[in-house]
Amino acid sequence: MIGIEHYVVVSSILFVLGVLGIFINRKNVIVILMSIELILLAVNINLVAFSAFLHDLTGQIFAMFVLTVAAGEAAVGLAILVIYFRGRGTIAVDDVNRMKG
Amino acid sequence: MIHVIAFYLFAVLTVASGAITILARNPVHSVLWLILAFFNAAGLMVLVGAEFIAMLLVIVYVGAVAVLFLFVVMMLDIDFAELRAGFVRYFPFGALVALVLLAEIVLGIGAYRAGALHLGTPDGTAATPVGASNIEAIGALLYSRYLFLFESAGIVLLVAMIGAIVLTHRQRSDTRGQNVRKQNMRRPDEATVNVRPEVGKGVQL
Repeated sequence: MIGIEHYVVVSSILFVLGVLGIFINRKNVIVILMSIELILLAVNINLVAFSAFLHDLTGQIFAMFVLTVAAGEAAVGLAILVIYFRGRGTIAVDDVNRMKG
Repeated sequence: MIHVIAFYLFAVLTVASGAITILARNPVHSVLWLILAFFNAAGLMVLVGAEFIAMLLVIVYVGAVAVLFLFVVMMLDIDFAELRAGFVRYFPFGALVALVLLAEIVLGIGAYRAGALHLGTPDGTAATPVGASNIEAIGALLYSRYLFLFESAGIVLLVAMIGAIVLTHRQRSDTRGQNVRKQNMRRPDEATVNVRPEVGKGVQL
């Protein structure tokens, strides 16, 4: 029988994959944004699984708000990426230090 | 039985496509694998009876966010080979951090399974009412107890939308757009009119 632990294991593997993606694609900000989406997906799986197994809908409501914030974050992140590319002609972000004051 | 098979199918596909997302050479392929990961995660959520969140995941992520990613990846002219230069250098450190993180989480799950930890027990106020579907129960909860948070989420989306537009909007000077102010200030006596004068009469300018 599938228990809560199975879901938690899947979501933790997905979370760790997202963290690994941020590390190994340090130059490519598009893949970094996708890794953040993976992390948020892992969080959502966790919330929904606990909500279902504890018979409490609050987790699913909270997953919706995580989804909202993730969508807004993707939109603003990609907008920043577009204007960064317009100014520099590249998206290599491992040495971004324009705002160091 | 079918439930177990479906769970393992969705779980393996989710993890595998998540792994290929971060390892793919071409970011377009990354986006497509990300879409597959979201589809399978939606399948996992359907299995525990959270249909509404699963459909929301498909609509919001596959329909909006992934398409946004695809647009940006395809519109920008980027040399992706150059961006992968540090891959080998960063991989050992990243794998080390990931392994430590995974070990800690697995340890936590093991501790929970051993019975040493106790989850908080829900008070039953947010339980699905008997006979109500998942979406009905979520709607009843969302529009009553979580109404303020729901509207705050709307504000967050509005701010994100305005922010994205303000960031990427630029005034172009090399195109001839419509000048609304000039059109509104126009008076009849300076307008061009169409006249049909009789032969030999001439026109008034």
